[in-house]
Amino acid sequence: MSSLNAQNPTLRRRRAAEARFRRYGAAALALTSLFLAFLIIDIVGKGWPAFVEHRVELPVTLDSRKLAEKNYDGLIKDAIFARFPEAQSRGQRKAVLALFSHSAEQALAAQLAEAPAAAGQTVKAEVLLSDTADLHLKGLSHLADPAAIDALTARLPVTAHFSWRFFSHGDSREAEEAGIRGALIGSLLTVAVALGLGLIFGVAAAIYLEEFAPKNRLTDIIEVNINNLAAVPSIIFGLLGLAVFLNAFGLPRSSPLVGGLVLSLLVLPTIIIAARAALKAVPPSIKEAALGVGASEHQAVFHHVLPLALPGILTGAILGMARAFGETAPLLMIGMVAFIADVPGSISDAATVLPVQIYLWSDLPELAFRSKTAAAIMVLIAVLFAANALAIYLRNRFERRW
Amino acid sequence: MKRMMIGLGALVLAASPALAGRDQIRIVGSSTVYPFTTAVAEAFGKATGMKTPVVESTGTGGGMKLFCAGAGEDTPDFTNASRAMKKSEFETCVKNGVAEVVEIKVGFDGLSIAQSKAAKPFGLTKTQLFLALAKTIPDKDGKLIANPNKNWSDIDPALPATKIEVLGPPPTSGTRDSFAELVMEKGAEGIESLAALKKADAKAFEAVWKAMREDGAYVEAGENDNLIVQKLQANPDALGIFGYSFLEQNEATLSDIPVDGVEASYDSIANGTYKVARPLFIYVKKGHADSIPGMKEFIAEYVSDKALGEDGYLADKGLVTLPADQAGASRKAALSLEPLQADSLK
Repeated sequence: MSSLNAQNPTLRRRRAAEARFRRYGAAALALTSLFLAFLIIDIVGKGWPAFVEHRVELPVTLDSRKLAEKNYDGLIKDAIFARFPEAQSRGQRKAVLALFSHSAEQALAAQLAEAPAAAGQTVKAEVLLSDTADLHLKGLSHLADPAAIDALTARLPVTAHFSWRFFSHGDSREAEEAGIRGALIGSLLTVAVALGLGLIFGVAAAIYLEEFAPKNRLTDIIEVNINNLAAVPSIIFGLLGLAVFLNAFGLPRSSPLVGGLVLSLLVLPTIIIAARAALKAVPPSIKEAALGVGASEHQAVFHHVLPLALPGILTGAILGMARAFGETAPLLMIGMVAFIADVPGSISDAATVLPVQIYLWSDLPELAFRSKTAAAIMVLIAVLFAANALAIYLRNRFERRW
Repeated sequence: MKRMMIGLGALVLAASPALAGRDQIRIVGSSTVYPFTTAVAEAFGKATGMKTPVVESTGTGGGMKLFCAGAGEDTPDFTNASRAMKKSEFETCVKNGVAEVVEIKVGFDGLSIAQSKAAKPFGLTKTQLFLALAKTIPDKDGKLIANPNKNWSDIDPALPATKIEVLGPPPTSGTRDSFAELVMEKGAEGIESLAALKKADAKAFEAVWKAMREDGAYVEAGENDNLIVQKLQANPDALGIFGYSFLEQNEATLSDIPVDGVEASYDSIANGTYKVARPLFIYVKKGHADSIPGMKEFIAEYVSDKALGEDGYLADKGLVTLPADQAGASRKAALSLEPLQADSLK
């Protein structure tokens, strides 16, 4: 039998075609995996240094006059020069000071506020190294003159730590101090506003169109336009936001409130389309049974159809949210592409978002911002991954099959 | 539905305190000045304990538009500019009720032309750069022809026999405008037949130096200077045009190409011998100085010796600061808020 089949040329061709098709499929999958692996390896390879920082324990002797004047900068400088007695010329002193972060004086002030020490005492201050010294120690970029850093590592214990600062600080122009807290909170506030409004209006519109609206020309036109809206370039929504929310309503520029409003318009069509599909997938028998036992149309929809459609609506919301998280173009128009050092506390404070922070850091000359950029991309991917995982979990938990 | 409307109302109410009175300085404008103004904003926030100013990166032209849109809390207080304000922009400002604008010159931005350290170093003149990058160049008889130069050695046999490939900013960038004015125009003037054309027909002359090659010799590599730097590191035959601060940060891998025999360096830009450099400005809305808290302190921080001095933190960030005499004049004008006069503008 098999020898007979093997000699049948048509069958052989069909089998060869099938094997070939499978190989194409496997090759396509391998190629995409390769691209993804390349992307992730590249980003992680560039980004890991941002999660490590170098600190040095610097003994600071508290001079009574400088302590009284709250001249913390002077105290730190004295302590540094005490360790580098050979640095006498201006150039040498500058090279030594360039090893330490400008944040040292605030750190010392905070430390002394927490644990006051009397004048004349010597306290140990944890001082962050500057971005250039840090890169040198990580072996990423070498200082032109390594004499100062070599002396530092020989004289004081320099230790590497996990950089919690990256998650606890807002943006800064000093690369070693810059963190993503401001952008992350800005992103969460913006997406919360966008998703809140998008879900309320999107689901309301979908229920009306699917369950209540008469089928006529007008609703057809609306339906076509909703589908069109889903394909409109995002910058257009930014222009709309500028004209309506900022100029006409006078809402605060750069705020997550306005950003969220603009992004809610952006995700609305996605949510409406997904919600309508989810409502349509609920078997009509459920609604008819509810109507049959005397429920009103409104009760049938809200008590029976909508709960069953929720997992599908959730999927639409996730897709919309993923888009809102990654959007930068419309935010340019409403002033969220900006340097904002303070971490936003409410939806009316000035804020920026993660993708914008990535864009802004990628454009700065300091080398240390290169790893910050990649690290921020890692955080953005992690946030999206977590959101997707949560949504998939919720969907699987509540999904029902007929 | 009713509950929803109340919720929405509450949302708008929650936002309204921000409308009542702005206590945060707002700055817009050039992406070239952005790295410097943000450094000042941060230092100001730390030193005074006031809210750190918001610095938007909108580009010089976009910043002028926002700045001149009117006076009042919903308009920016400062705009960054990588060129001086144009007369037309000033007129828009005045028309919209921004009568008093203070100009503060803060320093220089050098444009460097660089290549990978792996390549053999050479220097160029502005005329050579023009002959390499202009779309049309004059032939031996002075007739304009499409640029035939393929290798650098086609321009001058002393130059290397490598392909002309220069990565630079796209037309939307202020850096590109400056490069055209500082190098291409000056380079074209160095050619006899074009110098004659300038006298005869200034418009036609402008068209010649403004048009860059589109046949692959000049590659528009995007607004992001870091991208050009990375491409140069990967391709030793290519040249790149970008801001001097990026060269300073990448001196380990890139080397400068001297223009007319002068290398781009902090000193040569500051003392004016390196000609491919432009001044940077910030503009202040004087009318806001009393109503927005912190404006005067912010200006004082910007022009302080700590920031703008020769050893200030802006110099560390790559700004080429003003020579002492100009710095003094700039500081005086800034602190006294001397308004700009229309007839001083072009």
